[in-house]
Amino acid sequence: MSRKKRGAFLQQLVYTGPVSIFFILVILVPFAMGMYYSFTNWNGISGEVDWVGFENFRTIFMQDNAFRTAFWFTVRFTVASVILTNLVGFSLAYVLTRPLKGRNVLRTLFFMPNVIGGLLLGFIWQFIFVKGFATLGEITGLAFFQLPWLGDEPTGFWAIVIVFVWQSAGYLMVIYIASINNVSREVLEAASIDGASRWQVLRSIILPLIMPAVTVCLFLTISWSFKMFDLNLSLTKGGPFRSTESLALNIYVESFQNNKYGLGTAKALLFFIVVATVTLFQVRLTKSKEVEA
Amino acid sequence: MKSSSAFPRVMLQIVMIVIAILFMAPFYFLLVNSVKSLGDILTNAASWPETWVWSNYANAWRITRFTEAFGNSLVITIAGILLIALFSAMAAYRMVRSNTLLNRIQFTLFVAAMVVPFQSIMIPLLQVIKGLGINNSIPGLILCYLGLGVPLAIFLLHGFVKSIPLEMEEAALVDGAKPYVVFWRIVIPLLQPMLVTVIILNCLWIWNDYLLPSLVLQSQHLRTIPIATFAFFGQYTKQWDLALPTLVLGITPILLFFLSLQKYIVEGITSGSVKG
Repeated sequence: MSRKKRGAFLQQLVYTGPVSIFFILVILVPFAMGMYYSFTNWNGISGEVDWVGFENFRTIFMQDNAFRTAFWFTVRFTVASVILTNLVGFSLAYVLTRPLKGRNVLRTLFFMPNVIGGLLLGFIWQFIFVKGFATLGEITGLAFFQLPWLGDEPTGFWAIVIVFVWQSAGYLMVIYIASINNVSREVLEAASIDGASRWQVLRSIILPLIMPAVTVCLFLTISWSFKMFDLNLSLTKGGPFRSTESLALNIYVESFQNNKYGLGTAKALLFFIVVATVTLFQVRLTKSKEVEA
Repeated sequence: MKSSSAFPRVMLQIVMIVIAILFMAPFYFLLVNSVKSLGDILTNAASWPETWVWSNYANAWRITRFTEAFGNSLVITIAGILLIALFSAMAAYRMVRSNTLLNRIQFTLFVAAMVVPFQSIMIPLLQVIKGLGINNSIPGLILCYLGLGVPLAIFLLHGFVKSIPLEMEEAALVDGAKPYVVFWRIVIPLLQPMLVTVIILNCLWIWNDYLLPSLVLQSQHLRTIPIATFAFFGQYTKQWDLALPTLVLGITPILLFFLSLQKYIVEGITSGSVKG
């Protein structure tokens, strides 16, 4: 019996031991340390770490204008990009599940930007906005291309939204296509025999039946856009004058450029709380809208 | 429904093709200008190149030390995805087959960890890595990827193991096979579809990741492709004749990977997200 127990213990150790070590070292310990550091004035270099209580949080809420700007920037960015990415992704999926010529090639093309990392995409688009748009503006004379792209807050904001949608819509398209293909043919045929219009079929049959995919896509886009960092860094670097700085970038700047690690970890803790709350709340909300076919 | 077939379908076809062309336009700008001289780029960024300056690519390759960066990215990505897949499969298998309180707590912790943003742990994580003496090293970076990657992988594989019937394993055990052999010879092959998903999701993430390697790796000879690209842009601002070929070089490997394995990638993303 005790040999059997030892065997079971050994197996437990072999199978789950490695991941437990990785998890403890990389997530659990840093997370706990982060909670502690967020109540200190640590600067990351000196060994001196003083407990300051809620001082960092007071600073963040009362004095830190850059953080407030970053917070509202991130909220606005999340709202705009979640709506647009899902609209574009779903529309592409809706059209490309119909019998069109070359739809597989089209699907591939729309998905392609997604495999390129945000940093490189941001640099590519920096060229498009600065040089490409300028040239198009000269050729076409359209005001849209002659805006000071990336030069002020509104164009910086929309530039990041455009690139984000361009990058992520294909991913959502793939998920929505799988989900639309799962809607049963019989239900759709029955509806069209009953004389339902295309719009009615979309609204009353397809949309309710693909709610699980909507849950997933909203979850993904909310968490991607809330944590958006790479595009921000390579497109605008938060400028001009920190007006287009996301929360993730703000935490990065505070920690590694201003060397305020204590303040940075306090922001990171708040960031975690907000991300966790928003995503859990959203999953609850859309899950309640899911129906069985 | 009948009235809306012939003519609108042709219209829709044309509209989709136009949208696809607009969607691909950034790649046109990127490729065309990557072989122009800086002067030509500045005069007209939309035109076809008048003279083809292939030396742009040679210069970009040399400045970014592309061979080295590519090698580093490759080593890190391959080691990361294989180890994440292996260790997660082992843990997920054990957690399903041995339903103890400890394993249930562990699984809950892994699932909870998926909502923790990287920014919330990055600063202390660097302290841990320095404390272990593996800062500024590829193994240190891979350890970070293991910790960050296993929660989602375990979550995906856990659901999949549950759908595998026990009978085959039991039969093999009755025939006298050792438990580890059963895992390696029977469970791993059955897990293959979900392992492909895990490998693909992690491959895209690790290959493209910038922030973590930029914090862990400081030496120039350890640079990955994203770090080398970022360093280039820090040094040569507005040198588009060098920057664009750098970007083309940077995106080519992952695009080739995608185009050759796109069926698996699309399937992997679908099954990875349905679970998530």
